[in-house]
Amino acid sequence: MTHLDDRFEQHTPAPEGSSENVPTGDEVRITTPSKVCGMGHRMKRKEDPRFIQGKGNYVDDVKLPGMVYMDLVRSPHAHAKILDIDASEALATEGVLAVITGKDLEAAGNLHWMPTLMSDTQMVLPTEKVVYYAQEICAVIATDRYTAADAVEKVFVDYEPLPAVVDPFEALEDKVIVREDKETKTNHIWHWEAGDKAATDAVFDAAAHRVEASIYLPRIHVASIETCGMVANYNKATEHMQIYMTSQAPHAHRTVFALVSGLPEHKIQIISPDIGGGFGGKVPVYPGYVCCAVASLVTGKPVKWIEDRSENLQADSFARDYHMQAEMAADSEGRITGLRVKTLSDCGAADAAANPSKFPAGLYSICTGSYDMKAAHVEVDGVYTTKPPGGVAYRCSFRVTEAVHMIERMTDLMAHEVGEDPAEFRLKNFIKPEQFPYKSPTGWEYDSGNYEAALRKAMKMIDYGALRREQAEKRERGELMGIGISSFTEVVGAGPSRDFDILGIKMFDSAEIRIHPTGKALARFGTKSQGQGHETTYAQIVAEELGLPAADVQVEEGDTDTAPYGLGTYASRSTPTAGAAGAMAARKIKAKARKIAAYLLEVGEDDLEWDVDKWQVKGSPEQAKTIQEIAFAAYTDHPPGMEAGLEATDYYDPPNLTFPFGSYICVVDIDKGTGEVHVRRFVAVDDCGNIINPMIVEGQIEGGLTMGLAPALFEEIVYDENGQNLSGTLADYLLPTAVESPKWELGKTITPSPHHPLGAKGVGESPTVGAPPAIANAVVDALWHLGVRHLDIPITPQKVWQALRDNGVTD
Amino acid sequence: MSRHTITVTVNGQSVSREVDARLLLVHFIREELSLTGTHIGCDTTSCGACTVILNGRSVKSCTAFAVQADGGEIETIEGLAQDGTLHPLQEGFWEKHGLQCGFCTPGMIMSAKELLTRNPKPTEEEIRRGVSGNLCRCTGYNKIVEAIEYASAKLQAGDDAGTEEATQ
Ligand code: FES
Ligand code: FES
Repeated sequence: MTHLDDRFEQHTPAPEGSSENVPTGDEVRITTPSKVCGMGHRMKRKEDPRFIQGKGNYVDDVKLPGMVYMDLVRSPHAHAKILDIDASEALATEGVLAVITGKDLEAAGNLHWMPTLMSDTQMVLPTEKVVYYAQEICAVIATDRYTAADAVEKVFVDYEPLPAVVDPFEALEDKVIVREDKETKTNHIWHWEAGDKAATDAVFDAAAHRVEASIYLPRIHVASIETCGMVANYNKATEHMQIYMTSQAPHAHRTVFALVSGLPEHKIQIISPDIGGGFGGKVPVYPGYVCCAVASLVTGKPVKWIEDRSENLQADSFARDYHMQAEMAADSEGRITGLRVKTLSDCGAADAAANPSKFPAGLYSICTGSYDMKAAHVEVDGVYTTKPPGGVAYRCSFRVTEAVHMIERMTDLMAHEVGEDPAEFRLKNFIKPEQFPYKSPTGWEYDSGNYEAALRKAMKMIDYGALRREQAEKRERGELMGIGISSFTEVVGAGPSRDFDILGIKMFDSAEIRIHPTGKALARFGTKSQGQGHETTYAQIVAEELGLPAADVQVEEGDTDTAPYGLGTYASRSTPTAGAAGAMAARKIKAKARKIAAYLLEVGEDDLEWDVDKWQVKGSPEQAKTIQEIAFAAYTDHPPGMEAGLEATDYYDPPNLTFPFGSYICVVDIDKGTGEVHVRRFVAVDDCGNIINPMIVEGQIEGGLTMGLAPALFEEIVYDENGQNLSGTLADYLLPTAVESPKWELGKTITPSPHHPLGAKGVGESPTVGAPPAIANAVVDALWHLGVRHLDIPITPQKVWQALRDNGVTD
Repeated sequence: MSRHTITVTVNGQSVSREVDARLLLVHFIREELSLTGTHIGCDTTSCGACTVILNGRSVKSCTAFAVQADGGEIETIEGLAQDGTLHPLQEGFWEKHGLQCGFCTPGMIMSAKELLTRNPKPTEEEIRRGVSGNLCRCTGYNKIVEAIEYASAKLQAGDDAGTEEATQ
């Protein structure tokens, strides 16, 4: 039996995932022994003992003395004037302490509006009208959750319904204006473009082949298993606001709270404790958070607010909702020459996307993908509708999933158009390894890649040739089997401060490492894990750089009073930014350690060389000082004239983004009678550069694949013509279970990032980005001979059955 | 609101409390007993984050009233490790990386525990079906399946040796 005390001896020496049977030529680099557990070790997670014993500390687990509860009254209409709010019956109920309306917030200093992350505005609580179904109307505060929920039923709101605007194309006609508070009375929000229009048009004029498609990526919801919530605790005596919050970006949220509320920033402490999944959904500031903080200010008591799942699905930020009209051009030899895309982004009632300021459509212009082409032009227009605001990531970097889905679908269409196998067509059109760093036609500089290696490896793992033969035989027999490929390029790690900021705050990230006299360390970061395993991987980074056992490095994040300022965890940015900061801070410590070692050994600094965990004299390695000995000396016997202590901080501003990539191959069988799609096999070859912990990377990839399967086959937030959400519970919005999720088969190639200090790239989202088009391509491949050219995701049995019926296969 | 005094045995300890008739079992466990390892992830009995074992059967404690547990025996995640020794399922989830954010984990482990009681040597297919009432948004389930296989093997090895101490 494992005893807790054995925890750090439980390190499992490296069995290589399920890719073991395939020769890779790409070994994970390991430079430290297992007692140090630096990069490349399959170290078991340091955070797990508390989670597997029910000792995690999530926001809803926080219980403060005298705590009261908040619940929200929400709108039953998508668009309506508010004529009156009568809270008298609620207020007369025993146990109800307060009801806060938009008018109250207005009186308290115009707190009824707040800025969104995209510098738009959004109502906290409305004073005039509601603009989406389930919009927050007022907050009820009571002594316990049940009383608060009862009181919500006793608030009577008089609405005058207005016509809903559900279809974004209709919204562009401006017949009904969603945002009458704006000066210009239009639903059109912004226009954005990238690439060279004239060059692209010229390429299309000269093209031998052209294909086009309308592709819709529907609204979906991250639906992390933990919903959002807060405990706000304002102390009137000290004027200190302590907030526990489901936050992926606690520092940024602190600054937003300070700007919105006028409370001084040093009096606000945001603690993001254990987070039960984020995936982008815990980046925005929701009205409920603001109400909860105000409720604590008003009542002087700690106030807890935890949203229900239905509130979470109905009102929190959505992802996607991109209507894409794409065209691809190719020359007579079947080489892709250009891409032209027009996109409508349905933003809902506010532009509350979680994108860097300069990028209203995120990094969507990465849409030329893994293919070398002459020219591309991309246009996106944002439009308001009467739906909840949002535009978060759903486990992807900013709008990269939309881009990848489109280019991978278009590539398949073009392969068919020119009569080539989609694998061969991709191999022919890939950016070649020698073209890196590669400047894309829309202005990105890809850091490194070897796309052919990844696709060839995936083809070998799945035996692509045999599958095509099997498919041909099955087709003869009338059975429907499809093979789909996706060779994606991700873009993560925002980002260089010259281009990337959120509300003006540059997107660096930070680390602070302190080595204690006994050689143990505390490392704090500006990011915030929501399951990614930072307590383990960051410790491994410090271990790699300093030779301190990862077991001796305590990693902390999420408390703005103690962690260095950072922009948080989303868009796969933690390893590229904070991970790099950790390495750089460790290197500063190593440089100081060298001076101390030179002093202790009475040699010159240049006479020393580093070996795993010690500075040793060149040519006589028995003369050495370990990092632990040096740490002790830093506090007990440091060189005269030097500051005592051994610690360093680094704010890392990456020189570029990182560009992970991979090739996925999916095999589906389709039931002709029911239209059901069964994913029989799915091989995923990922390349995320150097690997910190292979076990955690595999976990990230498998989890991301299931979150890619989800929108491909099951998930969509649907509205009726009145703007009512028809997918507002987990009984209607279907998350894959262990039964629907196939047994993922993983492989890897390793192409380090040339500019990241550890050669790493970021991985958590690649599979969510890469998987949906592999599945969609497989389904279309199965039905191609019947005349099917495109199906929008989610590819439900209903859609497939309809396609089969339309083509006379089933009746 | 009618109130009732209930007595339940939770992780081997008998507790009595006066509760509202409408108090959900999950709130009783989390708030009255401060056993916050049992989580809440939905309002439609869909996610299984709230799964506990009541009288030997796994139940979604968000869909039972506390009064229904009166006189019964409840096991929660907090009762699994004995004297600092992890249960083979806890060990399996740690060893095989069967969790990421950890929010689904207690419910997942309790469902798996009931599964292994009913079916000590489940196939992969049976494991997948066995935990299909529990949603995980992070892991993609492969490693959860491996974790349960690990525990099954370890429990089998323990039983074969006729001892509580399973082999290493
Ligand atoms: S909380 Fe989701 S099933 Fe109980
Ligand atoms: S580990 Fe996060 S939901 Fe399962």
